[in-house]
Amino acid sequence: MFWRHSGRRSLWREMDRLQREMNRSMTSFAPRGNSGFPPLNMWASEEDVVLTAELPGVNPDELDISVVGDTVTLSGRRERDARGDDVRYHRRERWHGEFTRTVQLPFRIDVDQVDASFKKGVLMLALPRAEEDRPRRIEIGEGQYERLAEGQPA
Amino acid sequence: MNEMERQDKQAVQEHDAERTRSSTVYYPRVDIFEQDDHTVLLADMPGVDENNIDITLEKNILTIRGYVDEPMAGYSLAYSEYGVGDYERTFALSDEVDRNKIQASMKDGVLRLVLPKAEAARARKITVQAG
Repeated sequence: MFWRHSGRRSLWREMDRLQREMNRSMTSFAPRGNSGFPPLNMWASEEDVVLTAELPGVNPDELDISVVGDTVTLSGRRERDARGDDVRYHRRERWHGEFTRTVQLPFRIDVDQVDASFKKGVLMLALPRAEEDRPRRIEIGEGQYERLAEGQPA
Repeated sequence: MNEMERQDKQAVQEHDAERTRSSTVYYPRVDIFEQDDHTVLLADMPGVDENNIDITLEKNILTIRGYVDEPMAGYSLAYSEYGVGDYERTFALSDEVDRNKIQASMKDGVLRLVLPKAEAARARKITVQAG
């Protein structure tokens, strides 16, 4: 595996960790009443994470998104499109009804900076990390501990 | 109580024809129903709008194709439960459809096709006389 500059490498490590934590929290979190619907994708950058869900034909006014701590809950509904009595179905493959899903992210969310958009039936939820949960770059400095070991004053 | 099932997206199998676009192609899920004098087809194609859709009718074969953008520049896919790609599906229309009057519209990633029945095929009401 060809490693790039240390800056890039930390990003890959972060992705890996994120992926593993997501897998852990997603698979271990399966209480009754919480379906795996809608399916979610998670995109990550250094600053934030964007959750996406395909919800075609859902009325955005009836889409309920709540964010608390490190948890996101998504609820909504989609009615069947055919109205009236005299309807004869030839094929019925699309889902309809109510859904609710809760996911736990591996970091706390800056709730004030959450941004949601719904375009072409795709929900995009931008979730910035809470300040205290952002990774910190550690600068390599003098090294207090080394100097102590060598018998020098701190 | 409505249990929502996870419906995985079904990908079109690649055969010999090479695609110019590299993404996987999916079958959009559809509802097809008849009401009064027309047939309605609804297809779920999230990520597609009216500018990125092709609907062609050749003889009695209706083909719908929807194209999606590559979004999320500057991001990496950290976790995925569904695939993203273009959509394609074909249908054989019955002779009853009035080909000149097909209407198509798109809203929030759902394609709505209204296929009116041709005059000759419309149900005729037969009045019953007394006596």
